[in-house]
Amino acid sequence: MLRAYVFLFLAFLYAPILLLPVFAFNDGTVIAFPLNGFTTRWFSEMTRSRELHAALANSLTVAAAASILSVLLGLAAARANVRYRFPGKAAAMGLIMLPLVLPEIIVATSLLVVVVRFFEWPLTLWTVTAAHVLICTPFAVAILNASFQALDPAMEEAAIDLGENRASTFRLITLPLVMPGIVAALLISFTISLDEFIIAFFLTGSDPTLPVYIWSLLRFPKLLPVIMALGTILVILSVLILALAEWNRRRGLARAGVKDTGGFL
Amino acid sequence: MTETRRAARTGDDPLIRLRGVDKHFGDYHALRGLDLDIRAGEFFSLLGPSGCGKTTLLRVIAGFEDVSAGTVTLDGRDMHGVSANKRPTNMVFQSYAIFPHLSVEQNVGFGLRKLDGTKAEKAARVAEALEMVGLAGYGARAAHALSGGQRQRVALARALVLRPKVLLLDEPLSALDKKMREQMQVELIRLQRQVGITFILVTHDQEEALVMSDRIAVMFEGEIAQVAEAEALYRRPASRRVAEFIGVMNFLPARVSGDVVAVAGLGEMRIDALQSTAHADGDSVAGFRPETATLLFPGQEASDRVADGIVQEVVYYGDMTYYDVMLDGAETAVRISMRNVFGRPVLEIGTRTRLAWSPGAVTLFR
Repeated sequence: MLRAYVFLFLAFLYAPILLLPVFAFNDGTVIAFPLNGFTTRWFSEMTRSRELHAALANSLTVAAAASILSVLLGLAAARANVRYRFPGKAAAMGLIMLPLVLPEIIVATSLLVVVVRFFEWPLTLWTVTAAHVLICTPFAVAILNASFQALDPAMEEAAIDLGENRASTFRLITLPLVMPGIVAALLISFTISLDEFIIAFFLTGSDPTLPVYIWSLLRFPKLLPVIMALGTILVILSVLILALAEWNRRRGLARAGVKDTGGFL
Repeated sequence: MTETRRAARTGDDPLIRLRGVDKHFGDYHALRGLDLDIRAGEFFSLLGPSGCGKTTLLRVIAGFEDVSAGTVTLDGRDMHGVSANKRPTNMVFQSYAIFPHLSVEQNVGFGLRKLDGTKAEKAARVAEALEMVGLAGYGARAAHALSGGQRQRVALARALVLRPKVLLLDEPLSALDKKMREQMQVELIRLQRQVGITFILVTHDQEEALVMSDRIAVMFEGEIAQVAEAEALYRRPASRRVAEFIGVMNFLPARVSGDVVAVAGLGEMRIDALQSTAHADGDSVAGFRPETATLLFPGQEASDRVADGIVQEVVYYGDMTYYDVMLDGAETAVRISMRNVFGRPVLEIGTRTRLAWSPGAVTLFR
């Protein structure tokens, strides 16, 4: 009974995604059964689209910038959260984590109003990046919190006791020991930013990110198989990055001789 | 900039001088106006139950905590405003804090990084330190692959390689099993004599403090209750609380009138015959250690005084037997420890017995 439930549960989650590769290799523009035969045409068509390449470049730029900024902010927040007690800490941490559960459409709308009405800034990749930092930072903080919690505070004190200052202690001891967490946070933030649609849709100007570009393609039914091909690649890429992040985190824990107490996978 | 005063240290000046040291953590008063002198080259222990402030005091000396009030003078220099990395102290942490991403060699040599000297000189100092703690040849090992005892040795070597004026040890043996702990106690004593550095040990284990230290400070609730050498602390505890914390002591109600004290079960004695004479007229408490009195077996004579009682409980330890004896006229039993000499029977519960004791072993507490 339980087995059947688990099977159904997983099928419900992943069967739609499995349709992506099926139609990505189907020789026909109509997304429907029966299948027409095998082709790699859609993949080669994908490589010829200039707009797609531009959108991909935009997405990668935004994801790289957003993940680096989120992790820098996350490092500061997580270290402060784990090491220090100060008034208003719980409230501050709550507000940092809040975007995890806020409806993205609300965040996107309010950001659009602020950017366009209050600041009267143009919508560029920078506005998308800033908004993505907002939603990636909670993930970075969550991962780095765990890293700092696993780090014995005596490690930093020992380095200071042995003559190092705060900066060199951070560089020689803290950074290497939380590095697995940093890498995991970078990879996960990168993935989230790369996949994010709603906020990017509201805040992009003339340069669309990949998900926004895919959305625009949906108006042209004959391009649907190309989207399927693209989707296939994105799914594989996302899974690979997540697996890499988790592998790296576990390796770090093993190296520090700490018991595994959680993580994303 | 903070001005640092350096006074010439004469022979009898303490290496560490604490005056009126106060430490608050918010509303919590961790240290309450401590005065303490620690001499150069001694093995000094801070002993007390958890939460008494002993670790806070160690961290104040190390420079990890600022004092709320008072002064810390180290080697004639006021430590106010001197951060931990500029103090001539090094610490062995309770968790050892061995850097897991570095090798044993890199761990031990960590503090030498910023010092002058060639690579070869530094490598020689690392090797010497490892040799000192019995880890010669372990330099290339990865730190995370070490056992608990080895980690502790690495932590010791890492601190000693800098030749500090003071080595601070924060409950360094609490994570080891009993056998390992006893072995390390002996090794630490040997090491301290060898290097001649002042060791300050924080421990909650009274036996450990007695075994290892030249002098011991007993702390309760942020205050120092008594500072004394191990034997003096055991034999002449300054308060009932200290007496209870160090070893076992029997307490009996007493009543002082003039220069005579009447103790329940033991009878009257002159106050000036007692071991310690802290007293005032009125109700008081008298105490004596289990090994200072002895049960008399048939044919034995007492050299001093005798009290009668009944054996209430017998605890047999092999080499020792503990008897709980209810003395006539007392309301609580006293514990007596007896060495099991060959040919002497173990008494049974309910036996009437005679207790030989001496006023010289009795301490009077307020």
